[in-house]
Amino acid sequence: MLTVEKVKEWLDEVKDPEIPVLSLVDLGVITNIDIHDSGVRVAMTPTFVGCPAIDYMKNDIVEVLQKNGVSKVDVDVNFEESWNSNKITKKGRKALKEFGLAPPPKHNLIVDLDILERVQCPNCNSENTELRSPFGPTACRSIHHCFDCKETFEQFKPL
Amino acid sequence: MISQEALKELLYKMADDQLILGHRNSEWTGFGPILEEDIAFSSMAQDKVGQSQALYHLLHELGERDPDTVAFMRNADQFHNSQLVELPNGEYDFSLIRHFLFDTAEALRFEILASSSYDPLAKLANKIKGELRYHTMHADIWIKQLGSATEESISRLQNSLNELMPYAMGVFEPSPLEAQLIADGIFEGEELLKERWLEAIIRLISKTSLELPDLTLIQPVFGGRVGEHTEHLQPLLDEMSEVFKIDPTAEW
Repeated sequence: MLTVEKVKEWLDEVKDPEIPVLSLVDLGVITNIDIHDSGVRVAMTPTFVGCPAIDYMKNDIVEVLQKNGVSKVDVDVNFEESWNSNKITKKGRKALKEFGLAPPPKHNLIVDLDILERVQCPNCNSENTELRSPFGPTACRSIHHCFDCKETFEQFKPL
Repeated sequence: MISQEALKELLYKMADDQLILGHRNSEWTGFGPILEEDIAFSSMAQDKVGQSQALYHLLHELGERDPDTVAFMRNADQFHNSQLVELPNGEYDFSLIRHFLFDTAEALRFEILASSSYDPLAKLANKIKGELRYHTMHADIWIKQLGSATEESISRLQNSLNELMPYAMGVFEPSPLEAQLIADGIFEGEELLKERWLEAIIRLISKTSLELPDLTLIQPVFGGRVGEHTEHLQPLLDEMSEVFKIDPTAEW
């Protein structure tokens, strides 16, 4: 019996290609799973509108579900329920930190950019840090520097 | 019943602005004055090209051709971007002032559109406005810093500001179709946007040693919205579409 829970469990295997420790489910980009007679319809929404990884993610979803015996898979990318960084799960935040990326702080949906100034360092947990640039190696990351452990680190940007 | 013609005109000018400035930003890749700025302009390029694609997608849903065809197969006189975004990058001060003037307007535009009566646009705008906060933050930081730093940095920014203000005012080129958009609740109009933009620009400039040029003496550069462009746009389009045109049917 195909259930939404089962599909979610399979989708946990699909990772963000740019952050291979984070599943799409934990990233919060899967907005709906619809099971019908002939297959599964997955709705997802990009983190950033220009995210170049979206087609990879779509293909990965189709591949993983087909591997598990779902014959017909549709992936619909839309902005019906738009993503924000609060949607990253607790498990996802932990995975980000272990990966060396500071997880985005929770916010009230109006991101006060002052919160970028003292991001907790994922290496030594110090908050004695500064923002170096709001733009990093991918659209979703910013660059910071820690004055205590002297490491430069990245943050998954709050949005 | 919404006015399709007016809605399409609005979407085209926004999408074309994003695409062309996105391309100009990408020309900084490998040439930024410091590594962080190289990355910043490249990253903003990615955002803007992606946002243009999403806007072309809305147009596609309204019956226009697919996003790739629309982006790569039109000639300059079929583009509706403002002339501001097509001007060559110039030196860093020029690109920075353009980035500040344009992105301040664009962020306010999407804020207004987040409550548009055309739901697909409202949802997309709601998403894009959050991303643009990073663009305006970036512009504001640098304008504040370099606009109050050395004699050279201040005079360079001032010269670029003087040169670009007429083009920036051209972003708000009026259209005969606009009354329809306002009546339908799709968009509150260029005039209102321009007022909010001026307030924001003045607020930031007043924190620096820069001076806003006398607005009463500025003649806005119009024409971009109706396909009249500088000689700089066609070469940009030729370069941007060069690979696509080798084989338009190729699967990527």
